[in-house]
Amino acid sequence: MEIFAFGIAKDILKTNKLILETDGNISVKELKIKLMEMFPEFQKLASLKIAVNNEYQEDGFEIKIGDEVALIPPVCGG
Amino acid sequence: MKHISISNQPLDLSHCMSLVEDHTVGGIATFVGTVRNHSQGQTVIRLDFEAYEKMALSEMGKIADFALEKFEIEHIVIHHRTGSLSLGEIPVIIVAAAAHRKPAFEACQFAIDTLKETVPIWKKEFFENGSHWVSAHP
Repeated sequence: MEIFAFGIAKDILKTNKLILETDGNISVKELKIKLMEMFPEFQKLASLKIAVNNEYQEDGFEIKIGDEVALIPPVCGG
Repeated sequence: MKHISISNQPLDLSHCMSLVEDHTVGGIATFVGTVRNHSQGQTVIRLDFEAYEKMALSEMGKIADFALEKFEIEHIVIHHRTGSLSLGEIPVIIVAAAAHRKPAFEACQFAIDTLKETVPIWKKEFFENGSHWVSAHP
């Protein structure tokens, strides 16, 4: 699974695109847990949201192979 | 009508105003964000803005659609800049045009407040002795 990262998430991963090996589908919650284990710096953020195909998704959402996944740390436009 | 854009080129208020020219309009409210020289007691040198562009455009479009439906406005413009901005430069312009002033003000405020909450754009502040991503940590 390819995961795009922006802002501070990019700094934490040290790349703007993480390749993550998964066994089939994975939920948003499972992905967050996995990332926080692999990169504990994520635990310190004010929030971490996951976007799938350009939409925010809740913990229970199942990510399918081929979906566009992105890590959304706290946003701060304007 | 809605006009949404993300660009790494300087934003232009008069261009944004021209997008809402319409004789049914009696009031135009604008919000122009500018880069200021201080943040939490520190001197800011510049700001870098980064966007998840495709999703940011989609979220900006949702804000515009909602504003057009909720408030009695005719047009809304939401333009955001990306890249490295110096003091005084403009990261965001919102323009809301309506027959009457109240919905124009309300839509303008709604749009900038919601943009800051939902649109995937990030801001890095650069100080004399370091930098940080704004709002990243509690």
